[in-house]
Amino acid sequence: MADVNRGIRSQDRPLSPHLQIYRPQLTAITSILTRITGNGLIVAALLLVWWLLAAASGPEYFAFVDGIVRSWFGKLIFLGSIWAVWYHFCAGLRHLWFDSGRGLDIPTAEKLGWAVIGGSVLLTVITVAVL
Amino acid sequence: MAYLTDRKRATGLGSAKTGTEHFWQMQVSSVALAILIPLFIFTFGRIVGGTHAEVTAYFARPFPAIIAGLTIVTGFLHFKNGAQVMIEDYAQGATRKALIIGVTCLSYLCMATGLFALVKLAL
Repeated sequence: MADVNRGIRSQDRPLSPHLQIYRPQLTAITSILTRITGNGLIVAALLLVWWLLAAASGPEYFAFVDGIVRSWFGKLIFLGSIWAVWYHFCAGLRHLWFDSGRGLDIPTAEKLGWAVIGGSVLLTVITVAVL
Repeated sequence: MAYLTDRKRATGLGSAKTGTEHFWQMQVSSVALAILIPLFIFTFGRIVGGTHAEVTAYFARPFPAIIAGLTIVTGFLHFKNGAQVMIEDYAQGATRKALIIGVTCLSYLCMATGLFALVKLAL
């Protein structure tokens, strides 16, 4: 309880190591990347809805928004988002597998982490090649 | 004399009062998106870069329009719930509430805008 750390020698007690001290682990990195990619996809989603609205509004406004989407900046966002969406897709499948109570031992979890990274890169390359 | 059972005394004393509904909604929407996202990427990706006339004609077809509509609705619901979890992890108090309300409004706004555009393109 809280009283434990109030002793005279409380400063000698070891503190729980924090993020800066831990050696980065594959399971932790693949986990936080799921959150970053998922929330980061809002940028492409906003651009996509704007593009659809422009298409529905008429040729002139569409030309303006389409120009932004097809600029180097738009292409960079969409390329990044293709990887992000595939990463989040693979990590989501892994999450459903974890949630079913399977694959939680460390060797399997590490293998699944590499599978998520490899799978996202492979699917991105396929998508870019196909489209 | 204690008439309450130990089980009854413990009920409701945990820190998490709710959450199973949220978790279940994330599972349902993620399974739906696991099917929708590949379909969406390869239908939507085919038309980005087309002319205005091509885009209008493309979304007048049922399959690309329905896939896009389903992905927009499911995707923004999934975003609303997922972003809420992130906000709850990193923000407290009034900031947390304001951010969750903001994310919820943004999600429904995008959903409505996307659906309006699709309907206008399809009809």
